[in-house]
Amino acid sequence: MTKIAFTINGKPAAADVEGRTLLVDLIREELRLTGTHVGCDTSQCGCCTIHMDGVAVKSCAVLAAQADGATILTIEGLASGDKLHPVQQAFTECHGLQCGFCTPGMIMTAVALLKDHPNPSEAEITKGLEGNLCRCTGYVNIVKSVQRAAELMR
Amino acid sequence: MYAFEYLRANTLAEAVAMLAQHPEAKLLAGGQTFIPTLKARLAQPSHVIDLARVKELVGIDVSGGVVSMGAMTRHIEVAASAEVRKAIPALSALAFEIGDLQVRNRGTLGGSVANNDPAADYPAAVLALNAVIVTNQREIKADDFFQGMFATTLAEGEIVTRIRFPAPKRAAYSKFHHPASGYAMAGAFVAETAGGVRVAITGAGASGVFRWPAAEAALTKNFAASALEGLSVAKDGCLADLHAGADYRAHLAGVMTRRAVTQITG
Repeated sequence: MTKIAFTINGKPAAADVEGRTLLVDLIREELRLTGTHVGCDTSQCGCCTIHMDGVAVKSCAVLAAQADGATILTIEGLASGDKLHPVQQAFTECHGLQCGFCTPGMIMTAVALLKDHPNPSEAEITKGLEGNLCRCTGYVNIVKSVQRAAELMR
Repeated sequence: MYAFEYLRANTLAEAVAMLAQHPEAKLLAGGQTFIPTLKARLAQPSHVIDLARVKELVGIDVSGGVVSMGAMTRHIEVAASAEVRKAIPALSALAFEIGDLQVRNRGTLGGSVANNDPAADYPAAVLALNAVIVTNQREIKADDFFQGMFATTLAEGEIVTRIRFPAPKRAAYSKFHHPASGYAMAGAFVAETAGGVRVAITGAGASGVFRWPAAEAALTKNFAASALEGLSVAKDGCLADLHAGADYRAHLAGVMTRRAVTQITG
């Protein structure tokens, strides 16, 4: 077992984890932050995307032990109280989801994308979201949501 | 995932000692191939040695016409480095085409090269640019390093520490992405180096990355896409799987090579 300490959504946390524990399992099963989803078993779908030390990563492709000392942000940490993050607001306004399963990952990736590209082109958005799969509808409203979020954040 | 013990190395010497002590241990670099491999129970190491904090393995240094990068340099750092883009623009462009945003944030140069996936991007750059793979034991020329699918000349206990890329006169990488995985169905890295024209093909070969001597000879005579007309990669050595047959990949390798040349010549 490995003892780890980290910050998650602004709060300190600690855990004693097995080597093989995935970060996503620590987040969901131990910390009960179930907004981060697991949509595949192969690290392809991006539903489990979180921010680790400020960058988007797939938490199913990181060991929990690797998060020692890290600063982690999950979908639960985005809103300020009742006020949604602009990206959450934009996905709501633009109907950027249908079943919602991929949405936490889409939003976390979009937040990271908008940090580097505050005014992204459609091509930059689709390239940026390559690691996130939606199986409901396609990506038209997701791209619109990211464009709207960029407007809201300007 | 099978159970294993997680170990964290803080120095290269520590990592080497851990490998020596645990013969069934595996190294963890960025983990973007290795962790999915563990999840699929395709590997069963006794110990996993995390290299993330090994200081000797990080850092990009560009000087004297050589780009030297630590093995733990992440794809995103290569893609974002103004220095790399200036010295070898094709290399930063290649890094930007690897996987997806999340994978680029974690995946590493050394991990990719040591793993030698037959469809990975970096092996093509290493081979075409005549790079040198530096390990804790020796320096290995690119032409000697790759030994077939997922196979390299790395010995037990040997760790890739840096890779040195001599800047070419000009170079380009063209890749046909697998539409789902992002891996190269075929990718061609074409470089005019101090030692001549080198063409490396990834994604297509049944034995992993390979050089295409006929294309190199043709481009040496006439560096133009038209010089490649009538040339094709032998389909016998090409990979065939559920995604594409050998003839398709052989054809694609030719198309990607011509596109890379066209990128260079305009």
